[in-house]
Amino acid sequence: MSNLCQLENFEYSCCRDYESKYKHVGQPYVRKDAVEKVTGQATYTVDMELPGMLHAKTLHSPYARARIVSIDMSKARALYGVKACLCGEDANTKVGLYMQDKMVFASGETRYQGEVVAAVAATTEAIAERAISLIEVEYEVLEPVINVDQALEAKTLVHPDINTIQHTVGVFFPQPDTNIASLNTSRRGSLVKGFEEADLIVENEFSLPAVAHVPLETHVTIVEADPYTDKIRIWSSAQSPFALRQMMAAAFDIKESDIEVHIPYVGGAFGGKAGIHLEPLVTLLSKAAGGVPVKLRMTREQEFNYMPTRAGMRGRIKSGVTKDGQITATEIVYDWDSGAYADYGVNVGKTAVYGGLGPYDIPNASIVSNTIYTNKVFSTAYRGFGHLETLWTVERQTDILSQKLGIDPYEFRMMNLLKPGSKTITEETITESSGSPCDCLSAVVKEIGWTGRKTQEEREKEWKTGKVRGKGFAMIQKAPAMPANTATSVIMQMAGDGHVNIMMGAVDYGQGALTALAQIAAQELDIPFDMVKVIPQTNTETNPYDWNTVASKLTFMAGNAVIQASRNMVAQLKDVAARALRCSPDVLAHADGYIYKKHMPEIRIAYKDMALGYAYPDGMGIGGPIISHGVCMADGLTNLDPKSGKGFPALAWTFGAHAVEIELDVESGNIDILKVASAFDIGQVINERMVYSQVVGGVMQGIGSAILEGYKFSPDNVLLNPSFTDNKIPTMKDMPFEVVPIYIENPQLNGPYGARGIAEHTMISVPSAIGNALYEATGINFYRLPLTPENVMLGILSGKKDIK
Amino acid sequence: MTVAELKHDEKGCAMETAHISSARESRVVIDLVVNGERVIEEIEPNMLLLHFLRDKLKLFGAKESCGEGECGACTVLMNGYAVTSCLVLAIEANGAEILTVEGLSKGNELSILQQEFVFQDALQCGFCTPGMLMSARGLLDKNPDPTDEEIREAMAGNLCRCTGYLQIFDAVKRAAEREREEREE
Repeated sequence: MSNLCQLENFEYSCCRDYESKYKHVGQPYVRKDAVEKVTGQATYTVDMELPGMLHAKTLHSPYARARIVSIDMSKARALYGVKACLCGEDANTKVGLYMQDKMVFASGETRYQGEVVAAVAATTEAIAERAISLIEVEYEVLEPVINVDQALEAKTLVHPDINTIQHTVGVFFPQPDTNIASLNTSRRGSLVKGFEEADLIVENEFSLPAVAHVPLETHVTIVEADPYTDKIRIWSSAQSPFALRQMMAAAFDIKESDIEVHIPYVGGAFGGKAGIHLEPLVTLLSKAAGGVPVKLRMTREQEFNYMPTRAGMRGRIKSGVTKDGQITATEIVYDWDSGAYADYGVNVGKTAVYGGLGPYDIPNASIVSNTIYTNKVFSTAYRGFGHLETLWTVERQTDILSQKLGIDPYEFRMMNLLKPGSKTITEETITESSGSPCDCLSAVVKEIGWTGRKTQEEREKEWKTGKVRGKGFAMIQKAPAMPANTATSVIMQMAGDGHVNIMMGAVDYGQGALTALAQIAAQELDIPFDMVKVIPQTNTETNPYDWNTVASKLTFMAGNAVIQASRNMVAQLKDVAARALRCSPDVLAHADGYIYKKHMPEIRIAYKDMALGYAYPDGMGIGGPIISHGVCMADGLTNLDPKSGKGFPALAWTFGAHAVEIELDVESGNIDILKVASAFDIGQVINERMVYSQVVGGVMQGIGSAILEGYKFSPDNVLLNPSFTDNKIPTMKDMPFEVVPIYIENPQLNGPYGARGIAEHTMISVPSAIGNALYEATGINFYRLPLTPENVMLGILSGKKDIK
Repeated sequence: MTVAELKHDEKGCAMETAHISSARESRVVIDLVVNGERVIEEIEPNMLLLHFLRDKLKLFGAKESCGEGECGACTVLMNGYAVTSCLVLAIEANGAEILTVEGLSKGNELSILQQEFVFQDALQCGFCTPGMLMSARGLLDKNPDPTDEEIREAMAGNLCRCTGYLQIFDAVKRAAEREREEREE
């Protein structure tokens, strides 16, 4: 109780200049899960112990591509305490999200260094580890497919069975006898015409390496798989319980209802815990061990080596512009180095054909996106879902175009940005309700104090001081990447004291849904925020369906579902109250926890007196427990036409812009981020405190991608930096000195209170803005990420103006 | 069924017997104070302090994230100093005073530092939070009036992927102010 008092005494004031017009929506309430998390009480999967639980360890391929000649597990099996020992020969279970291309264990051939070859379950972790060291594998090392260029030559196929891999037909397009897992395209207008109209044509190539998600809790799963029936119980550090259940059922060819998925608190995810990962492997171990629970936790090194990444990408872009700054044509080819398996990678590739042009109205455009298999650790969803990568290409190119035209980059963008009436590449018409990229750009450019480009003389003068500063900005655009028929749902139940519990099928792994959804319910029901609880632990046994906790769609979709369920709850309460008060429900209204007569407000009944059924003074009861549900189905979306890419992919676009000011040390190449201004047209702030946290957290991850992070491979595709020593992420010392969030609120008509998603967007285009600022500071264009001190210095010392 | 027919052969069992005997012989008793309470336990000498806290004492607040002292998720205070408990052997803690996140609150009241983490929204997924809190506690105990640079320096060993650090920085700074005010009262 005293904890609650302390929080109640806390004055809910925004640190920033924001005022909400609503009682609960928009208010900066503290997180519902905060107290559990500052006291060490919050239980994560890694903290769980079950009776009789075994511990698993895995053996990984040291080679990017090799034939498994033999595996001898006899010594491991003989070890006391070992309960199960499995390898590819024991399991032919295939898994896959969009393409059924992955075996639980490498079978016949390993496809990346780090792929699991064998696994052991034993009574202790130490025995499991000893058993792993006793497994003898003989490999015949094969020539790996190193990168996208080699893969496109198709001399060696990463998946020789590519012509027969089962996949989502009509959405993904594997190319026969190649390493292309999916080729997606979109186009608008005529490129020939567009380039004819251009006064200037500029072609460039941009690239960025694979990057790790780095959730602080590594992947961890516990499975109890009944050996006598099909029943499987899973506890997992995962984002998407229902998608996981569905994929498990498909992989093992069993009923979805036989599978229970429980999600305790999740220690970070960022897309890397969407889909299906350790669960099938641990299921097989549990079955082999007689059905006892088995726990498998990835070490940090395994997390880097074995678990999926954000794909490396190369974007080749050709732009046509007129002298006065109109973009007449853009032609882009994106090549995604998706590694050994398609996973979410193919969907990232698909998303690039509608999200990869930037928020510009370009009458003639074409995008080709190749998701390519190579012998590397495979890729999956990562915060931004391809947009950070595509906008690194587009927004650096936009800056370079403005340099060549001699037009201010702000003016140049404003001329070409989407406005009401403009069309996207899929020929979706932008309206007032779509949000405004122009408002976002104007806001950040003003905040950062942009007054135009520096002259070369100014740059040279500043250079002599040893520190050079530069300002830069870039646009953001993203819509949820999801199937056209995506759905979510919530169930709301009122307790006898009028408190409300909400169950959802999605997971709050830190983004704040437990708090935001409670605010929406409190607003709709008009009860105190503290009277609403969203149940944090999700499971597929009792909670209602949600497609996936991804795509920055939860506030939007579950928010709408909560509105629907709340309104239904109010209708039920009114129905009971109408009978109790002997009037029509039409004359009733609700406020402050009561149903009352509009024209006689003193005649009223408290929610709590109807929550479990209303009792007349003589004891007779009517009504019954107040339980409601709400759903949200993505509305008006379609699959894209395979050739033209025409269709409606976007539930809601969130547009935005970042502006940064950086300082470069010309001796070391080190970049300090002095200030970041970030504007998003989010329609409506649901919780100012948490939106701010999304912005700061996303900007920081974006800074990581910009100046620090990236996988490095040896010439034979062995990962060289699978640790925090060599694969650093930002620390508090890399923190910008100032982050200014700007919330633009042009409401989305079908969003909850007009809100749009913001989670991923905050990270997108941070590298582009920093790259553009680096040009301002140095007069040098960089085309590759990351902009580490080493890469920046090598660029400067080369004396070139274009660092490709 | 004879022993020979069982899954585990003589050699495997002999290995385990030898292992258990040698482990038993080398076991040591440690006597220490954890969150204000005396703890006496028999342990294997190679046990890490982190595993002692989690596996023996069932204090799951300290987290394992990298296991090599790079991320700070397992930070606890040992005799007042912030240490990464994945790099400390439990026997090194013999006779020491250990404070974990579970020992931060005063009774059932959150400490000022914990309150500020809540108010400043200095956490999202919460996995790094126990370690963050303990590094901050270690800093403020030794240096109640840290400069901005000293806060950045002291907290730089704790990785967080969610928050972007600004709120954590603000929480530590504000907690230092409030603790100072409280002392002066």
